[in-house]
Amino acid sequence: MKKEVAIIGVGQTSFVRGYEGSIRELAFDAFREAIKDAGITQKDIDASIFCSAPEYDKQRSPAGVLAEYLGLIPQPTCYVETVCSSSSTGIKVAYGMIKSGLHDVVVVLGFQKMSEISSAESQERMGRGSDIQWEAPFGTMMPAYYALYAQAYMAKHGLTHDDLMGVRIKSSTYGVINDRAVYRKPVKPEDFKQGDPEAKMAGPVAWPLRVGDCCANADGSSCIILANAEKAKAFSKKPIWVLGIGAASEAVNMAARPDFTRGLSVGYAAAAQAYRMAGITAKEVKVAEVHDCFTIAEIMSYEGLGFAPMGEGKQLIREKATYKEGRIPVNVDGGLLSKGHPIGATGGSQIRTIVLQLRNEAGPMQVANEPDIGLVHNIGGVGLYGNVTIFGR
Amino acid sequence: MGFEKFGRKSFTTITKTAKFVDLLSEGKIEGTACKDCGAKYFPPRADCAKCFSKNMDWFEMPGKGKLETFTTAHYAPLGFEADPPYTMGVVDFGDGLKLFARLTKEIKIEEVKVGMDVSIRPLKYEDGQVSFEVIKP
Repeated sequence: MKKEVAIIGVGQTSFVRGYEGSIRELAFDAFREAIKDAGITQKDIDASIFCSAPEYDKQRSPAGVLAEYLGLIPQPTCYVETVCSSSSTGIKVAYGMIKSGLHDVVVVLGFQKMSEISSAESQERMGRGSDIQWEAPFGTMMPAYYALYAQAYMAKHGLTHDDLMGVRIKSSTYGVINDRAVYRKPVKPEDFKQGDPEAKMAGPVAWPLRVGDCCANADGSSCIILANAEKAKAFSKKPIWVLGIGAASEAVNMAARPDFTRGLSVGYAAAAQAYRMAGITAKEVKVAEVHDCFTIAEIMSYEGLGFAPMGEGKQLIREKATYKEGRIPVNVDGGLLSKGHPIGATGGSQIRTIVLQLRNEAGPMQVANEPDIGLVHNIGGVGLYGNVTIFGR
Repeated sequence: MGFEKFGRKSFTTITKTAKFVDLLSEGKIEGTACKDCGAKYFPPRADCAKCFSKNMDWFEMPGKGKLETFTTAHYAPLGFEADPPYTMGVVDFGDGLKLFARLTKEIKIEEVKVGMDVSIRPLKYEDGQVSFEVIKP
């Protein structure tokens, strides 16, 4: 395991519906927390990378504008995008900049202010993250795409609606105790009762996915500061090292997807690369954050990451193996389902959670026995992009 | 021009594969095949990614396939609000040829099953838009 690039500071805003401020103010809030966490100033930062899904931004080319507001000019800045995994890709780019020797300290800031457009408009824009020429004309949207995977997977592997509900109930267990999450109410099985108008999670969105199977839009930002070994040791008492990075892409059109029963191909491909680079296996991961934009996505991720064999992801939920006290704790900060999913900020938020876990600073969400290796699984689009990043103390 | 006629609402106007819409109007659902290396594409492509040829021909999609997966949308994005619920799915024709489309409303939602035999046919909406849909064989 090579310890060459480390995370020395993390920050995140609360994820909220309707942030009371502009994108520059939103970005500042996460940056302020990260720079205080790192104990450095802007002078110590050599470059910045901004990450979001551009279709929500009224500001064209936000990197320059945000860099100025954060006090990061005249250092170089740029914009990186892979929709929902933008800030994980930002980390990958920052790693390359540092490892190459080009820069010593790089800040990656993910942000999204989704609330300025309506939910229907938002669904249309998100749908345009798929194939606009050949699929969007049928009226596609993100839940429908993940529902295609859910339908085929459930038919083949015996995954049930109760299993999907189990993912949401686990998520809410931790959403309740995460003061940065947008959805903090407990979720009970009654909330999924079919035909009960009081059951707020039960309504169909894109069958077989229901309201409770889908994460919520939110506004938020996240910030990660990375440094080379020399600077990391100088600035930080608890550097968290980037041990492995994997990333992959897949055909956008559903007609070109090989198999809907085995989850997202990018999840498998990115995980294999990241494990190889880190020189570890799935068994050595002590805590993980996975991309649960929909409940089915968390189940599929278990298999792509090697936490469960193909088709057996459901067992981890049935046996509570991915709860905080379980064999492999997953999304014990509430995940996207409870925290909300401010597209560009999500990857950085997942990374922040893992960094806090590895520093033993995760408060009520802290996994026991001082975890030494953590993993982040961050998907862009409907498995269009996949990113897996492994961290260690 | 011409591709704005494709689907319930098109997001694309100009493409070298716009002949697809003319063929749909004639009642044909066609993909493209590379004249040089034989690679077949659906949705159609103007360029062969396997041999870099631009020498493409049109071929008619098979009549019979199996429904690989599907979903019923109860909400719709902007511009599709009048349509829900509607069911969309992926049809597998074998040999790597697949197609994504809506299922005809003639098939009841409760009848739809993964793996069922299906066929496809062209479709014309009242406003003149053209598309294709999945039907019973």
